[in-house]
Amino acid sequence: MMIPLQFYLIVAAVLFCLGLFGALARRNAVGILIGIELMLNAVNINLVAFWRYIKPSAPAFDLAGQVFALFVVTLAAAEAAIGLALIIAIYRSRDTVNVEDVDLMKW
Amino acid sequence: MFNLAFWIPVFPLLAFALIVFFLNRNNRLSALTAVAGIALAGVVAYGVLFESIGRGAELAQHPFEGTLLGFLMIPTGNELFTVGWMIDPLAAVTLFMVTTVCLMIFIYSIGYMQHSHTDEHGHVHTTDDPRYARFFAYISLFAFGMLGLVISSNLLELFLFWEIMGLCSYLLIGFWSTRLPNEHHIDDAQVVRATYASLKAFLTTRVGDVVFFVGLIFLYIQTGSLNFTTVFTPETLHHLATVAAFPGVPWVTVIALLFLGGTIGKSAQFPLHIWLPDAMEGPTPVSALIHAATMVAAGVFLVARTFPIFITAGETGGPAMTAVALIGAFTALFASTIGLAQDDIKRVLAYSTISQLGYMVAALGVGAYLAGAFHLITHAFFKSLLFLSAGSVIHGVGTNDMMQMGGLRKKMPITTTVFIIGALALAGVPPFAGFWSKDEILAHAFELGTHGNAIAMAVYLMLAVGAFFTAFYMTRQVFLTFFGEGRDHHAVEHAHESPRVMWMPLAVLAFFATFIGLANAPGIEFMQKFVGAGGVLGIKEPLEATAFNPTIAGSSVVIALAGIALGFLIYGWKPLVSGQRDRLAVLGPIWALLRNKYYLDELYGVVIAQKEGPAGKTGTADSVRVQGGLLILFVGWFARLCAAFDKAIVDGLVNFVGWLGRVIGVISAWIDHTIVDGVVNAIGIFTDMVGDGLKLLQTGRVQNYLLIAVAGVAIFAFFFMIR
Repeated sequence: MMIPLQFYLIVAAVLFCLGLFGALARRNAVGILIGIELMLNAVNINLVAFWRYIKPSAPAFDLAGQVFALFVVTLAAAEAAIGLALIIAIYRSRDTVNVEDVDLMKW
Repeated sequence: MFNLAFWIPVFPLLAFALIVFFLNRNNRLSALTAVAGIALAGVVAYGVLFESIGRGAELAQHPFEGTLLGFLMIPTGNELFTVGWMIDPLAAVTLFMVTTVCLMIFIYSIGYMQHSHTDEHGHVHTTDDPRYARFFAYISLFAFGMLGLVISSNLLELFLFWEIMGLCSYLLIGFWSTRLPNEHHIDDAQVVRATYASLKAFLTTRVGDVVFFVGLIFLYIQTGSLNFTTVFTPETLHHLATVAAFPGVPWVTVIALLFLGGTIGKSAQFPLHIWLPDAMEGPTPVSALIHAATMVAAGVFLVARTFPIFITAGETGGPAMTAVALIGAFTALFASTIGLAQDDIKRVLAYSTISQLGYMVAALGVGAYLAGAFHLITHAFFKSLLFLSAGSVIHGVGTNDMMQMGGLRKKMPITTTVFIIGALALAGVPPFAGFWSKDEILAHAFELGTHGNAIAMAVYLMLAVGAFFTAFYMTRQVFLTFFGEGRDHHAVEHAHESPRVMWMPLAVLAFFATFIGLANAPGIEFMQKFVGAGGVLGIKEPLEATAFNPTIAGSSVVIALAGIALGFLIYGWKPLVSGQRDRLAVLGPIWALLRNKYYLDELYGVVIAQKEGPAGKTGTADSVRVQGGLLILFVGWFARLCAAFDKAIVDGLVNFVGWLGRVIGVISAWIDHTIVDGVVNAIGIFTDMVGDGLKLLQTGRVQNYLLIAVAGVAIFAFFFMIR
């Protein structure tokens, strides 16, 4: 008995919405980063779920969906590294990680 | 030799330049340079003549043409006027005449331009004229002009040289128009007269020159060229004869009449003859050189040179040839009658020159090309001889007035002899030169006249009567000057024969005046074979001289002898004594009319312009004032009328257009400022406002941007889903 695809999609959608909300609503820059990580992971769930759904009896070497997810994880790691570096740089110069205070690019 | 012919005018030009730039302080060297220049020109000219004779009459149809290629070109719209030279029989014989006469006159001038006066101790001092070198420079320049004119290969070039001679004429007539402090031989009145005479000559000939130039322009427009060899071809002449300038009048007639205008001015034909007698104010060699032998001959030469045009005009039946003949004949008669009553020794000769030029013009007018050219040559020799002899007399006596002379034959035997030779040549007594050429003209006119040409007959009669008067006034002049007793003792007392440098040229000229006429005597007929046989350019028929006509020749001799006899009866039988009036004065009003030259000067004075007021005290050119005559007044009045019209109507129109433009400009500026600029500004302002509004999106908050991006994705997703 397989768990139907819809369940995975619902979980992923819920996770994505949580991440989106975090990214939009958190004032702490670190929080925003975490929200983004949540959204990426929601995507990962989708990728793996669709892979499994489209090719239920794939041979052992056909791991495209999983490889894609792995790339996203790598990307998320790189993104977190750059994001944190930026946050640290901002913190050092402005003593804050509150994104509402960082609006230098304003008109 | 033909290749070197361009040196003929260049030598005198070089002499002129040398004298003006380097030698003008040295009188002797200047004179020698001038003489050397004309002598070298003469050598080349004689060479050209002999080579021409060698080539024979066909040279007339195929003249030698040389060009100074590569330089001396005048660009026009569609071709180049090349300065070149053309040698044909006419040019060759004219070159011979001009160089010979010029050389003699130049040599003569060496002596004439020195003035001798006696001091209180009775010693005779000889001094050079203060402008001695300048005189030789001028006459060299003049010789350049005349020789250049003769060898010109196109009409524009001819016109340039024509004008150079006009300038030289002005300079030389007015040679004594300022008086230097140490000059004793000129008085104030003479200075004023010289100034006025030079102006008169220049302006009067200018009238003819302008007419001539208009003719040139028309010819150029019609044919596209002014080269003799290009224009004078049967095709071009036919074109000119058939294309009408006005209905019924072909161009050739118009052009011929305009050229005739140039001749009337330059050759002093009626009614523009008035300048020539006054031109006698210049030094006598100038009178001989310019106003007797050569420059005035240029007008006749022009007609001879452009004779194809005149012949063609005559063939079309237009009035051109008739006009030439009648003007010439009338001038010949008219001037000879004035010559009867003049007392100034040079003025008699001046009127005789006008008269003889009339013979030449009349000859060309009746088609006697050869006779006209021949008379041009012979006349140059005997008239320069007469003028120079008269100059010799003036030099010895110190006055021009024949009434003060008399009895000079004892004091001046050589001058007397050569003057009488000249007078016989002019009167037309065989075997002297004038007889042969004048007789040819008369014979030709008579021949035509007997073949039913009434105009030719009229011309013959006028010329024959003129010949009688000519013989008469020359006799009068000879007896008044050289015979009887001196009427003014002071003048005649100190008279002396001229130095050798003056009488030698006279002897040479006397030789030519005696024998040159034989060149076309029956049996020799050199002119006929050389100049006439080939015809003129473009018209191949040979111009036969009328055969020697014994009847006409005999009657000419009778006429001449009758004139001489009458002159002898009146003036020679009992010479006038001091204080006696001229015996012709018994003619009363006719005498007065002749003496006052038919009052033509006065008429011109009233109509055109005259000297104003008394001669100035200082005797400078400044004291000459010219008062406009009726014509000038009318022209002035008309000019003022035109000026008023111009000011009121033309200027008004122009100003109105300007004002209109200004108003339109103001309106246009308003539209530009308000509407065009307004639209542009409105676009700018609108953009600015939109930008101001939209910039508020740029909050600088990262979450706002993200929200917008999410919202955008959501909207797209929504639209994709409902589709």
